Amino acid sequence: MKAIVFALRGFRRELRSGEVLVLLAAVGLAVAALTAVGFLTDRIGKAVARQANEVLAADLRLRSQEQVPEEWSELAREYDLATAETMAFPSVVFAGDTSALATIKVVSSSYPLRGAVRVADTLFGEQRVVDGIPAPGDVWADGALLARVGADVGDFLAVGELDLRVSAVLTYRPDQSIGFASLAPSLLMNIDDISRSGLIGEGSRVSYALLVAGDEAAVAEFNDAIQDLLPESIRVRSQEESSARAYKAADRAQRFLSLTSIISLLLSAVAVAMSARRFAHRRMDTVALMKSLGATQGFVISVALVQLVLLGLLGVVAGSLVGFVAEDLLSRILDDLMQTDLPSPGLRPVILASGSALVLLLGFALPSLLQLRNTPPLRVLRHDAMAPAPSRILVVGMSLAAVAALLYRSVGDIRMLVILMGGIIVIAAALYLAGRGLVALIGRSRSGVGVAWRYGLANVARRGRDSAIQVVAFGLGLTVLLLLTLVRTDLLEGWQATLDEDAPNHFLINIQPHEVDSVAALFEHNGVAAPVFTPLVRARMTKINEQSVKDRDYPNEDGRWLANREANLSWAAELSSSNEILEGEWWPADYDGPPLVSIEQDSARNAGLAIGDKLLFVVAGLELTAEIASIRKINWDSFQPNFFIVLSPGALDGMPTTYISSMKIEAHEQSMLINLVRAHPSISVIDIGAILEQVRGIIEKASFAVQAVFVFTLAAGIAVLFASVQSTIDERRFESAMLRALGAPRRTVFVGVMAEFAALGLAAGILASAGASVLAAIIAVQLFELPYEFSPLLWIVGLSAGVLIVCVSGFFAARSAINAPPGDVLRTAAP
Amino acid sequence: MLEAHQVSKQVSSPEGSLTILSDVSFRILAGDSVAVVGPSGAGKSTLLALLAGLDLPSSGHVVLNGANLSALDEDGRARLRAESVGFVFQSFHLVPSLNALENVMLPLELAGHRDARAAARGIIETVGLQDRWSHYPAQLSGGEKQRVAIARAFATEPAVLFADEPTGNLDSRTGSNVMNLMFELNRSSSTTLILVTHDSSLAERCDRILALDAGLLESDSWAAR
Ligand SMILES: Nc1ncnc2c1ncn2[C@@H]1O[C@H](COP(=O)(O)OP(=O)(O)OP(=O)(O)O)[C@@H](O)[C@H]1O
Ligand SMILES: [Mg+2]
Repeated sequence: MKAIVFALRGFRRELRSGEVLVLLAAVGLAVAALTAVGFLTDRIGKAVARQANEVLAADLRLRSQEQVPEEWSELAREYDLATAETMAFPSVVFAGDTSALATIKVVSSSYPLRGAVRVADTLFGEQRVVDGIPAPGDVWADGALLARVGADVGDFLAVGELDLRVSAVLTYRPDQSIGFASLAPSLLMNIDDISRSGLIGEGSRVSYALLVAGDEAAVAEFNDAIQDLLPESIRVRSQEESSARAYKAADRAQRFLSLTSIISLLLSAVAVAMSARRFAHRRMDTVALMKSLGATQGFVISVALVQLVLLGLLGVVAGSLVGFVAEDLLSRILDDLMQTDLPSPGLRPVILASGSALVLLLGFALPSLLQLRNTPPLRVLRHDAMAPAPSRILVVGMSLAAVAALLYRSVGDIRMLVILMGGIIVIAAALYLAGRGLVALIGRSRSGVGVAWRYGLANVARRGRDSAIQVVAFGLGLTVLLLLTLVRTDLLEGWQATLDEDAPNHFLINIQPHEVDSVAALFEHNGVAAPVFTPLVRARMTKINEQSVKDRDYPNEDGRWLANREANLSWAAELSSSNEILEGEWWPADYDGPPLVSIEQDSARNAGLAIGDKLLFVVAGLELTAEIASIRKINWDSFQPNFFIVLSPGALDGMPTTYISSMKIEAHEQSMLINLVRAHPSISVIDIGAILEQVRGIIEKASFAVQAVFVFTLAAGIAVLFASVQSTIDERRFESAMLRALGAPRRTVFVGVMAEFAALGLAAGILASAGASVLAAIIAVQLFELPYEFSPLLWIVGLSAGVLIVCVSGFFAARSAINAPPGDVLRTAAP
Repeated sequence: MLEAHQVSKQVSSPEGSLTILSDVSFRILAGDSVAVVGPSGAGKSTLLALLAGLDLPSSGHVVLNGANLSALDEDGRARLRAESVGFVFQSFHLVPSLNALENVMLPLELAGHRDARAAARGIIETVGLQDRWSHYPAQLSGGEKQRVAIARAFATEPAVLFADEPTGNLDSRTGSNVMNLMFELNRSSSTTLILVTHDSSLAERCDRILALDAGLLESDSWAAR
């Protein structure tokens, strides 16, 4: 009790001292970083939880690429289950001359069976839950879609051959895809309109579903009953499976994020440890005095502890405030991105973050503080009497324990924890050694410079250990930021650069044979070269080497699915330029023997197919056997129409065929597409350029959100710098005063101090640029399969940002030393 | 009251063991004022630290207020100091984050005094700083700081007051004012005073003078008065 009164007294004044501010900032940063990440993970978790419970809009979903036969819904009704039908497919909708790609969701009147649709009466208006679906002739359109075509509620949209009135803004449907819905915003329409729209024709890419819901036991019985009866072309998905998948994906994202926040946490921990060391050091005089006046060890340590906890709490409050601001910013970005509006996460992330920060504070600051207890009271008479340094085992042990405790919360598994801790220790040691190496280089380079620079560079080398820690801490913060800004754009641009200038930017799908000529004529009429039309035949593979595809064993589940689903076949005389034969041989252009087939490599591997295998296809009741002649690799980046299964010429003659085509259309030729779609409503136009633009936008926003978290990492790096400068500030003041007493002008002192920071910043910049380059190369080659290109810009920005930021922060950290008047040299220790 | 029995102090240094005090013995009665004099490095501060229990002798022992300091642990010696010892230092040693009044309250509270604030106010007035009580050390002059230190030292009405060159950081006029105050308080509260000083005129004002040289007690003389 007495200790608390003591600790509080004078605490306010203590807050002005540099090391206390740094300690506060470090704790605050840790809290802010953790809060922001906690907030992000909370959002992701909630978004997933909300949708995982509804994703199907039903208890069971039977999905197929063809209309689900009536018998299944009749069967469901026999089990007293409610049913609904849905279809979904991409299509371009128009409002006047502007168009946008939409996901057309066609539903029957009982949709949705689970969850509820929400709409608003105006764009950005208040949303409300509705019962039912759009009336025939009406549609409900996603706000993003309306925005893209510049339409509003009450306007008409051209959907296929129909003009449908937008009667409401669709804000939410239970089965909308999680996350990046804005890729193709939804348009909800009544199933009664679909036949008149002309959108569904032979070969249309429609995903049909029969939704089923009802009493839990009845659903289970029905599910059991259909398991063995359903053809392989119909896939059943239950609500539980969907939720489990969604939760698993969310869990991964959340773990990744909390692990990234560990970097900020560790840097903050270093700053905490450094400033706590000085905090303890500065309190030694007071503690010695209190002891000489009769204070016991227990009392002294209680006072220090109370002050530390108070500091921690203050830091927590400050950090939470910053965290809340970050939350507000992030929620704007994310809600826009995920097209949901989620309730604010409340205090949970803040409480967790605060708890973690306090654990950190205790783990990293306590050893220094405990040492205070052993301050000899003799210090009041002999200033060199000091407490013995805290035992290394205690310092290392406590900090490792604190880090382990925090990591355990993120990984939740002892084995992973050990691996991770090991990894962190190895990386930290490697970085530290790299830092030492750079510092040594700086020290060696000082013979060739003037007096001020020599003084600064000598300082870097003299405080070798601290300098290395600063270089690493700051370098790490800079690395992640470089990675998220420059490398991200580099990668995106690199990927786009690999795309051919003349690569197609539009796809036409679902062209009926009789339309081919008029489409070609339309192109010529508009002065654009007629594109190549690639035939497409929908077929089902029934047997592989005389064995039914149902009974066959597959290397993996993807293979089973691939073999069992309806496949798109094409035929070609010549190998497409975007293909490469890996095994076997391509047939001659004038081949007219028995049907041969070429298979894409991944499909072949997954389905366990090899050259010489005989495949039996059924196309609209006709059978066709083809022998595998080659295995191909496809370069999908070419944006050419490509098929997993390609047959030899003549093999598909007489089968029901549609055509697809891809082409490059310049911006000024776009209006041609409108005429095309008006004339041929069942043809779908897919604008790749627009999709790429959207993907880029999404990546940009998502990485901005993550970047916000990493800003705290950089700030933590700066906190380490401040902590380190603080711990030597007395020494620095004295030296500056002495230099000036010896006749050095203020300018020289300034240059000397700044030289030190410039050198540190340069070293940090080298470390960060090298680190970001290596990571970028790994990401490019491993993840994106792009050749890595050396980026001089990365190094220019990395080095100059390093020097600039360290110099500016260093100036603020050390300005009292720069300005120390020469008279200070005469003054001994403070009061 | 305060007894030194064959007190020696050795410290280890790079050049081997160094004897700072050897075989110092004396006995000081309650209420006496004693000056410890000697050239720089003679071991005065070392002796003071041993007498006050801030440090322990290598051999011999010190008895303070009837208690053998060597027989107490660190907290035990701290408690004894809280009860019966006061200090005035050459460089004041005020706590920079506490104001004058709070600095004076410090030992009172450590000793568990009930009404520390009122008692501290009283003594602040006695040293003539009633207008400056809310000021922080950084806002006070050297002389004022030392007055606060003296107020702090006398606040608990200690049995023994140790002063290590209390005027060493003050000009001669301020120094003599401060010393007048100290002697006055010493007389009125009949405290035992151990004063380390270089100033012979100050030493003359004490009842007894112990002269140290190179760690040996050279002379022990009583004032003529
Ligand atoms: N812990 C120690 N380690 C090494 N030397 C010490 C230690 N303590 C004291 N000394 C040495 O012992 C000698 C006596 O020191 P002490 O501080 O007692 O002298 P002093 O008489 O108070 O001198 P001054 O008048 O200058 O204050 C000095 O030479 C000092 O350097
Ligand atoms: Mg001395």
